[in-house]
Amino acid sequence: MAYDSFKILKSTAVPLPIENVDTDQIIPARFLKATERKGFGDNLFRDWRYNQDDSPKENFILNNSTFSGEILIGGHNFGSGSSREHAAWAVYDYGFRCVISSFFADIFRNNCLNIGVLPVQVSARFLSELFEIIQKKPNTELEVNLPKQTITISTTGSSESFDINDYKKENMLNGYDDIDYLKNIKEDIQKFAQNTPL
Amino acid sequence: MKQTLFDKVWDSHVVQSIEKGPDVLFIDRHLIHEVTSPVAFLGLKNRELSVLYPKRTFATADHNTPTINQHLPVADPLSRNQLKALEKNATSHGISYWGLGHEKNGIVHVVGPEYGITQPGATIVCGDSHTSTHGAFGAIAFGIGTSEVEMVLATQCIMQSKPKKMRITINGSLNRGVTPKDVALFIISKLTTSGATGYFVEYAGEVFEQLSMEGRMTVCNLSIEMGARGGMIAPDKKTFEYIKDREFTPKGTDWDKAMKYWKTLFTDEDAIFDEELVFDGSKIDPMITFGTNPGMGMSITKNIPKAENVEGSKSTYKKSLDYMGYAEGESMLGKPIDYVFIGSCTNGRIEDFRAFASIVKGHQKSENVTAWLVPGSHKILEAIKEEGLLEIFNEAQFKLREPGCSACLAMNDDKIPAGKYAVSTSNRNFEGRQGPGARTLLASPLVAAAAAITGKITDPRTLI
Repeated sequence: MAYDSFKILKSTAVPLPIENVDTDQIIPARFLKATERKGFGDNLFRDWRYNQDDSPKENFILNNSTFSGEILIGGHNFGSGSSREHAAWAVYDYGFRCVISSFFADIFRNNCLNIGVLPVQVSARFLSELFEIIQKKPNTELEVNLPKQTITISTTGSSESFDINDYKKENMLNGYDDIDYLKNIKEDIQKFAQNTPL
Repeated sequence: MKQTLFDKVWDSHVVQSIEKGPDVLFIDRHLIHEVTSPVAFLGLKNRELSVLYPKRTFATADHNTPTINQHLPVADPLSRNQLKALEKNATSHGISYWGLGHEKNGIVHVVGPEYGITQPGATIVCGDSHTSTHGAFGAIAFGIGTSEVEMVLATQCIMQSKPKKMRITINGSLNRGVTPKDVALFIISKLTTSGATGYFVEYAGEVFEQLSMEGRMTVCNLSIEMGARGGMIAPDKKTFEYIKDREFTPKGTDWDKAMKYWKTLFTDEDAIFDEELVFDGSKIDPMITFGTNPGMGMSITKNIPKAENVEGSKSTYKKSLDYMGYAEGESMLGKPIDYVFIGSCTNGRIEDFRAFASIVKGHQKSENVTAWLVPGSHKILEAIKEEGLLEIFNEAQFKLREPGCSACLAMNDDKIPAGKYAVSTSNRNFEGRQGPGARTLLASPLVAAAAAITGKITDPRTLI
């Protein structure tokens, strides 16, 4: 098993209603010097979260103890820019298992799926509803149900379904990753490679 | 069936299609660098896997390297450690390694084409989003995450769903002072940074046919900035001439065989795209960005749009202008700048330095401006010297640095200080991209040159 399996997540959420959040904001390049995958959560949203003297920026959402949980909700086009998987690692390492947005950048979405963070794409209308209700009642619990592919606001029952292809869904439910799959078709790959000039 | 260029290359690399899932895509060539590869090698070790085809992977050090005194040990211990890890991982797995100081060292997307690693019809990946650069040769090339780097090392495959297809056609010809960078910034300003997400783009039309290979690389490089998986241009005579006789391109009868295949790489007439966009090349001006993503660009002569006329969140737009210290409705012309950066996988090639030289020749660098000129590779550094460009730079008080990614992402010491304005030929103007608090204005080498000698945003057409 490559990572923890994901089935049903019930949690409060942290709202970040900003559009086009790029991976340089999620984790700035100067924190990419590690050769192991650890400690990235400390620098999640580093420059929005801390001043240059390392003191916390009080008005940033991660520094507001009213909001917490394993779900991060971001504005449209979340995770654009650099392909750094460190961004997904930082999200995971901080404690988020699910990111919700009305639109994700491709590479970030793939990176999340590859490490066991579930990207849930909802409609713009549902996203606004989520932002609104969580601002008003920060202790609102959300249920992300992967087997049923639904997200539900527990207090209102308001719900929406989300897409994920069957292969990736199976992977997430079982904690498998693509290498587990590819290892098993190694002979096919080697046969294919014979006809592919270098 | 009528096929697009993209279909032809993608379909011929599918090892297996999973029903209601991704394709298993065979990767011909894999490029790695020090930042996104160490955890992938660690993963291999933990799973007790080896590199399946080491000759298909190429390693260069670029993201985290100093651009002065490269002959000395790297001062920062973390950077030094990461560079050592790349060297150890590459050499212990039999992967060719072009480290710091190596004559072939340079930015991964610059050296790939220089040595013929990049070829038409190939699938090329790298743990770097600007891998789209290689699409200029008619390759399918795109950036991947570290988990996928590990997959390619272990199995030479990745698993991805086939993207949708978009064609962007630009007809006509470009006006004086308008460069490939302006074409790309123009397209991104029209599409926004998410307008091509989920698509693979083919660039077609007279403007791209007329561009040099360097120019095509600049355009394809920036495909990711509108969210596209990648961008590509059908190979033609220029492409074949560029790659012929390079170290890793086929020779003799292998070349003839390859040419036969490469000549089939074009979009069939009447092939269907999911999305088609057409623009007029003569309507494009020199461009500049005013905000904190590459989609926030405009003609250098225009005024910063009012929030009420901008799509999307008004609060995000205002946050962006606040960060830049600009107000809606202002003109960019005449605004003072502090730094100029020429370099990166977007505009760090020989043509870019020629363009920069064409403007600064006979002028002096503005005293208020700090300029960093960073060639994309050692080969380019040598060409700058051989072509006499270095003399022009020196006479105009510009110093040349050593190759690397440098201030494009500011992982090394080349950081723009907080609050300072930098005109950069690189690819991203995100908050803090070039250093915490730095304010980046993306532009062409001509606009950067005009800014470097005048100390302010200047239309380069007034200096040509």
